Amino acid sequence: MKFIVCIKQVPDTTNVKIDKRTGRLIREGIPSIINPEDKNALEVALRLKEEFGGEVIVISMGPPQADEALREAIAIGADRAILLTDRAFAGADTMATAYSLGSAIKKIGKYDLVLCGRQAIDGDTAQVGPQLAEFLSIPQITYVLEVNIEDNKIIAIQELEDKRVKWEADLPALLTVTAEANKPRYPSAYGIMSAYKEKEVEIWKMKDLDVDEKRIGMDGSPTSVKRIFSPEPKGKGEIIKDEPKKAAEILFNRLRAKNIL
Amino acid sequence: MDYSISKEYVLLRKTVREFAEKEIAPVVEDMDREGKFPHENIKKMAKLGFMGLPISKKYGGSGTGMLGYCIAAEEIGKVCSSHGTILGAHTSLCCMPIEMFGTEEQKQKYLIPLAKGEKIGAFALTEPNAGSDAAAIETTAVRDGDHYILSGTKIWITNGDIADVVIVLTVTDKALGARGGVTAFIVEKGTPGFSVGTLEDKMGIRGSSTAELIFEDCNVPKENVLGDVGAGFIVFMKGLDCGRLALAAGCVGGAQACLDASIKFATTRVQFGKPIWENQAIQWMIADMATEIYAARQMVYHAVWLKENDQRFTKESAMCKLFASEVLGRVIDTAVQIHGGMGYMKKFPIERMYRDARVARIYEGTSEVQRLVIANMIRREVL
Repeated sequence: MKFIVCIKQVPDTTNVKIDKRTGRLIREGIPSIINPEDKNALEVALRLKEEFGGEVIVISMGPPQADEALREAIAIGADRAILLTDRAFAGADTMATAYSLGSAIKKIGKYDLVLCGRQAIDGDTAQVGPQLAEFLSIPQITYVLEVNIEDNKIIAIQELEDKRVKWEADLPALLTVTAEANKPRYPSAYGIMSAYKEKEVEIWKMKDLDVDEKRIGMDGSPTSVKRIFSPEPKGKGEIIKDEPKKAAEILFNRLRAKNIL
Repeated sequence: MDYSISKEYVLLRKTVREFAEKEIAPVVEDMDREGKFPHENIKKMAKLGFMGLPISKKYGGSGTGMLGYCIAAEEIGKVCSSHGTILGAHTSLCCMPIEMFGTEEQKQKYLIPLAKGEKIGAFALTEPNAGSDAAAIETTAVRDGDHYILSGTKIWITNGDIADVVIVLTVTDKALGARGGVTAFIVEKGTPGFSVGTLEDKMGIRGSSTAELIFEDCNVPKENVLGDVGAGFIVFMKGLDCGRLALAAGCVGGAQACLDASIKFATTRVQFGKPIWENQAIQWMIADMATEIYAARQMVYHAVWLKENDQRFTKESAMCKLFASEVLGRVIDTAVQIHGGMGYMKKFPIERMYRDARVARIYEGTSEVQRLVIANMIRREVL
């Protein structure tokens, strides 16, 4: 079986600090990482490959330095890596990104499953996976927690806020995977050495793909950012340190005073 | 002069760091209290190729060279010296000598499963009457047809009780002493006549096991001689060159962890209305710690560079071990001081790190033995 995993290189936002003067993210010196839920998607692909055999291909669209993210994916266990990198792709919103990735996946040829992380920690949109499924005209199951393949069908448990839903779809299909789905494996030391010394990341430019130039990059992106701001931080919380019964009473009275209860 | 580190090593450092923080850190406290060997983590490390880092891929290793091995030792050293000790004894003192001196058959039979971490290795030199004075060993190996018969007792052997493969130093010709009379053997667990004696209870590195190994008319085939008969001393010296360097890297990691903890504590602990960091006394301590760690780290990676470029590094490796272990000793002592009462309580990791650090100035050659090695090398250069 052929599994395609879409990954994105993102700044490690757990370490991001905000410039108090300008309100912007301080990006200097912030390491780039593979978007965490994309690692969960890769883990799903690797486990399915271990069970059913086949090939895991990772694909990313981004600047040349996204090569590092793809090599890490190889070190973790991917068989092949493709980087879409071209100035023409720059400035893409989720729609142009999904269109470009979709064009690249069509070029790869026959595949069984496309896997994406639920959402990226930098943009938090959770849109690329679903849009990609639409461009590819294949079924999609989002927020996936568990996966199995039976009789050439994918069976997946979708985790929603208030319930879990079991879905079944024909292959090929697309899944977006949540952080709770699994614990991604570490890259191995021999995998790391091999990723840099033995394997190659394939570079695909715009001209390598069958794409409509008006639908990629900035030109293909209907989204425009109106304003970036950091929300006012909420005031400090208050802890009522009293016996539970007394504390509940104080809380009750406070909420009533504010007409919440 | 290029000090940059290529990307595969940056990723390796990041990976080992993440592994150490997520898999090792949570078990350290229990491991130290109970003196429990971290079997689960060693299995995980094996799966990731950490048990054969510098060994070539051809023999089941990861092919990271000494650089990758020392980076890993440094990162693991930040979190747990017990794991570092287990890894060091296995890799530097068992895998590496077999790769350097083993026959092709020995490499196929022993090195591949060792480097993959399917088997664990140990190295047995020390005896009740020999350690620093390695030439004084009394364990004998007497030729008997196709075999050698080993008799004697080894003590304080790291990984001794769990090891599947042990390199044992023996006397084959007492008259020749260290120069021609000492022979190394590869001895497998389960060989009749080979048994594990007392397990030591230790001040620190309590997750690593330290055992007595007993050889009573232990029959070892002559194919298991490692290196040449009479050349055991070279096997041991070359193994220690690598071992001391990796150990120094672990000390740098341990010292860095003390510094990081001290900075965090000093900037958050408030006394007399301000963080204690504001006191110049504390700032000077931190500055000295950071400076010494910087020096030790440069030494380690320079010696790694010498080794990677096939230059002699015996003297430098001893210097690294001497300096880095003594830096660790000073840094952890200062870290306890900065933490005050908090540094003395078992509730906080500093207390364990203080106990763990002490052995670094003793094992794989005491500070005094390192100075002997360094002085001998200097005399050879000058005279």
